[in-house]
Amino acid sequence: MTTATTSTSKLADKSSGDGLRFYAVWLMGIAALIVLPMIFSSGGSLTSFSLIGIAIVFALSYNILLGQTGLLSFGHAVHYGLGGFAACHMMNAVVSHGWPIPLPFIPLFGGLGGLVFAIIIGWVMTKRAGTVFAMISLGIGELVASSSLILRSVFGGESGITTDRTALPKMFGWSFGPQLQVYYLIAFWLVLSAIAMYALTRTPLGRISNAVRDNPERVQFIGYDPHVVRYLAFCFAGFFAGVAGGLAAINFEIANSAYLGAIQSGLVLFSTFIGGTAYFFGPILGAILVTYLQLGLTSVTSVWQLYFGIIFIGIVMFSPGGIAGLLMMHRPLVRAGTLWTVIPSYFVAIVPTVALACGVILTIETVSRYSGGEAINLFGIGFKPQSPVTWIVAAVLVVGGAFVARLTWRRIADAWDRAATVARDRGYLA
Amino acid sequence: MLELIVISTLNGVLFGMLLFLLSSGLTVIFSMMGVLNFAHASFYMLGAFFGFQLTKWIGFWPALVLAPLLVGAIGMAVERYGLRNTHKHGHVAELLLTFGLAFAIEEIVSMIWGKSPVDYRVPALLDFPAFTIFSTNYPAYKIFMLAVSVVIFVALLIVLKRTRVGLIVQAALTHPHMVGHLGHNVGRVFMVVFGVGSALAGLAGVIAGPALVTQSDMAAALGPILFVVIVFGGLGSLPGAFIASLVIGLVQTFAVALNGSLAGAFGPLDPSAGPSVLTDIWNVTIAQVAPIVPYLLLVIILIVRPLGLMGTRES
Repeated sequence: MTTATTSTSKLADKSSGDGLRFYAVWLMGIAALIVLPMIFSSGGSLTSFSLIGIAIVFALSYNILLGQTGLLSFGHAVHYGLGGFAACHMMNAVVSHGWPIPLPFIPLFGGLGGLVFAIIIGWVMTKRAGTVFAMISLGIGELVASSSLILRSVFGGESGITTDRTALPKMFGWSFGPQLQVYYLIAFWLVLSAIAMYALTRTPLGRISNAVRDNPERVQFIGYDPHVVRYLAFCFAGFFAGVAGGLAAINFEIANSAYLGAIQSGLVLFSTFIGGTAYFFGPILGAILVTYLQLGLTSVTSVWQLYFGIIFIGIVMFSPGGIAGLLMMHRPLVRAGTLWTVIPSYFVAIVPTVALACGVILTIETVSRYSGGEAINLFGIGFKPQSPVTWIVAAVLVVGGAFVARLTWRRIADAWDRAATVARDRGYLA
Repeated sequence: MLELIVISTLNGVLFGMLLFLLSSGLTVIFSMMGVLNFAHASFYMLGAFFGFQLTKWIGFWPALVLAPLLVGAIGMAVERYGLRNTHKHGHVAELLLTFGLAFAIEEIVSMIWGKSPVDYRVPALLDFPAFTIFSTNYPAYKIFMLAVSVVIFVALLIVLKRTRVGLIVQAALTHPHMVGHLGHNVGRVFMVVFGVGSALAGLAGVIAGPALVTQSDMAAALGPILFVVIVFGGLGSLPGAFIASLVIGLVQTFAVALNGSLAGAFGPLDPSAGPSVLTDIWNVTIAQVAPIVPYLLLVIILIVRPLGLMGTRES
């Protein structure tokens, strides 16, 4: 009896401690959003932060489908793009009619744009889950992207619809001309949407969505219609994607058919999956990484998309939980205090793995620059794509790196198994 | 008008047979392994580019044999080293793997051969008009394409329906575990089927390359239509895929050839109303709508018959 009481009181302590930590994480995130532009105040970094903020909202909305409800969509950018167009039209209408709607409310109309389309098309689309849903979403995505070029009066054809965010009524005396003010607007909507989407995962709807993802048949047995649940999740995802699109429209002051296209849909899938779909913060990590890489790599290499593809394939094959899954794997080890037994194997594995990565990069760059003949600059070392020395170095790095890396990875797996067994014995389940 | 109908029917059947070369492999792979191979259209593109490169080096006829074999080998490697390892993570992971592959293959192709179309020409032996119909010269190469597709179609039919291998494949379509219990190496059957499916896609690429445009975005352009075909026909149904290929091929070819619009049929709208969605729809020609016709068909079939034309499987 006494043991039972102590364990419950311990549990209560633990949950209140967890609650505090939970709020601390959110508050730290908000504080970081406020402080970041003060530390990195250059125009370039402000633009990057704004783009990353939009990408996070978009990726989180995508995870309502993929992570929460198990719906793999290849056409999520449709809602993003329609949200962008709705926001642009709304901004132009506000200006021309003189309505008293200031800019910070515009993303809401973007969200409505995404939501309305989701309400119309979603019922048919979510009839079936799995592969069929994936194919249908791809088809609908193509349908909307092609239609946008036909319906010129709404979508503005190839050039798109432009708008002027500074022409709207001011709020708190902010004109939203400077990028800093736009950044804070995006950060505000990011926090608002993130809280709303997190709250959604805690509602009965969020929970039953998880159940629909894991076992739709049993959900039917307890009296829910999986189709309705999928439809509702689809509508929510459409709304938040529309919010992201509205923010993008404000940021770029334009909406065009590229917003709706397959590339945008592919990018959000990449961000979400690379970040990890099983945890709420996964898509946030993924969106930060993918947007950062996208901005950083374009200036370094012309084939940056190939690197995306390779990273994505690597994640799918070796770590389907994404980066978040990789990080969270370590939690039981940290708690049990056995992580230190694994760390040395990591350090051993770093060297050949980095060598392998360098070899792959060198190979790709050699092939892509062979005809142009530009020199390759890999960490300060120059290589000529036509010289056989480069080819030999690349081949040695790839083959040797792969051979040694495999051995060290096996070592990690062994060390990991031992540490996980100890952690399990101490009562910390993975 | 008659000329248009005859020529468009010929072209439509040709395009449909080409689609079937691709969708048959995709359907068999899907029904056996439960994997919708997103990279299938990429294998088609690889076939076209390998065909182009090999034609340059050793001529068209050896390329016609070698390029599909190469693509088939790549397909087998993808199954053996990629999909088989990903299988334990579920079908979504497998689908995503092929999606990533499609992305990577497109980038690799544009890295090696560039983004603009390559000069992949019809072989000199077939570069003459086969017959003249209503003053239109119908190229012999298109007849050759049609012949190859029909031969492959008949060969597939015979192999699937009349041979022992076909029997095992058909059995593995519906009861893979039972086939395994009977002592067949299901893993190897999967690998070979995946390889043959990819090789067929590659063959389609080799023969379609000179007639259509060989370019690094050809996979991205054809892929979605391919998925429309197999969803329209009913996932996992070969007869469905055949009918859907022909329907989509014909519909799209006719749509491209027709130049009418609502404005042409009923007269122009009152110009004082100004531009609106209605005027856009009123003035657009059927040819301009052609790219979205397959997707419209997809939406309609999903509303009317969610399983597809001949589909029986839920997923």
